[in-house]
Amino acid sequence: MPKLIITDRSGKKSEIEYDCNFTLMETLRDNGFDIEASCGGCCACATCHVYIDEKWTNKLKNMDDDEESMLDQAFDVKNNSRLSCQIDLSEELDGLVIEIAPE
Amino acid sequence: MTEKTDVVIIGAGPVGLFAVFELGLLNINCHLVDNLDKVGGQCAELYPEKPIYDIPSRPVVTGQQLTDELIKQINPFKPKFHLNQQVEKIAKTEYGWIVETNIGIKVEAKCIVIAAGAGSFVPRKPPIENIENFENKNVFYAIRDKIIFKDKKLLIAGGGDSALDWTNELSKDSNVTLIHRRKEFRAAPDSVSKMQELETKGKIKFLKGQIKKISKIQDSKIMLEYENDNERSKIEVDYLLPFFGLKMELGPIAEWGLNLHENLIKVDTEKFETSSPSIFAIGDINWYPGKLKLILSGFHESALMAQEVFKYCFPDKKNIFRYTTSSKELQKKLGV
Repeated sequence: MPKLIITDRSGKKSEIEYDCNFTLMETLRDNGFDIEASCGGCCACATCHVYIDEKWTNKLKNMDDDEESMLDQAFDVKNNSRLSCQIDLSEELDGLVIEIAPE
Repeated sequence: MTEKTDVVIIGAGPVGLFAVFELGLLNINCHLVDNLDKVGGQCAELYPEKPIYDIPSRPVVTGQQLTDELIKQINPFKPKFHLNQQVEKIAKTEYGWIVETNIGIKVEAKCIVIAAGAGSFVPRKPPIENIENFENKNVFYAIRDKIIFKDKKLLIAGGGDSALDWTNELSKDSNVTLIHRRKEFRAAPDSVSKMQELETKGKIKFLKGQIKKISKIQDSKIMLEYENDNERSKIEVDYLLPFFGLKMELGPIAEWGLNLHENLIKVDTEKFETSSPSIFAIGDINWYPGKLKLILSGFHESALMAQEVFKYCFPDKKNIFRYTTSSKELQKKLGV
């Protein structure tokens, strides 16, 4: 199975396997990572904010207006910020490196 | 003055609204309290335009449509809404309970039904160190009295409707700078073009960046440090008004001595009553083994809760179960 490499808020790195039927947010939440995702994944809050490793940013589908707008409600937004509920996982993303943004 | 009713429902989301219907069929009157300025809870605030696919008989319905139709459905029961306020305190009385809101509205009721979803919507606060020391002095997340800003220097942060509307409005009598992380805004296009016009005329200033630091300087002014493309700059103002949307928190409910399960209120699955008799909890805020946070589960919980509330409201009466399809009595109540 494809894998993700995740750095959590304490700086701890871990590797998890993922299923392509789920979004990045769902995968993080289901694996017990501390990610609030208060709207449940419909791009209506900004509580599943992550940073994508620079090597991977251009391999993801571009952000749509909805996601870019929602990021306005997040803090510490960087050029590699994304909302993880808007990232559909696929085989091509095997090895994706991300970091969970501060609360 | 204390108003009197049968039930106070805390939360005017879909489940709180449908509770009015189920209680209404049993001749039980309701008041609803909600911290938002509108009815519909998360459906209206977070995802009014987004589709919901798991409401029975509705292959697709948006959050706002569901809200509008629930309001229509409960209209015959004339519920009273107390919006823009949060229930702060509850106290036991001989009649039942007195519920008091943060703006001093008091309602006495036989029962309380908590249908507060994920909690109250409260402003999302930027994670700037020590910002809490400046709150309600130099920093305001909501504006109650705009007169204090007259002739002052303000920094408004954010890119949504609140940020833009207040930038446009306060620019009439104050020196306003708007700060946002990008030059695009999610606010209504009308407000955005008005703001841009004000900027062109030099009536307001715009800064691109994110605020990183707040500190006190002389004459009750504050210094704000902001960052744009890794470059730090400073601005000195009288007030900072951050508008970063809303988030949800349990709030005062946590202090009422109800048995909780990880920030959710424990109930039984027969009556949906909490550990405190005559206080009920329905919808996303409650917990029981097997709980699913679905609107349809909340609807089911409303119907069962109403049967038990009936006993508190009419201890001497027998509740005879009837269908709306066949009962003339129920149809009369519904005005159909």
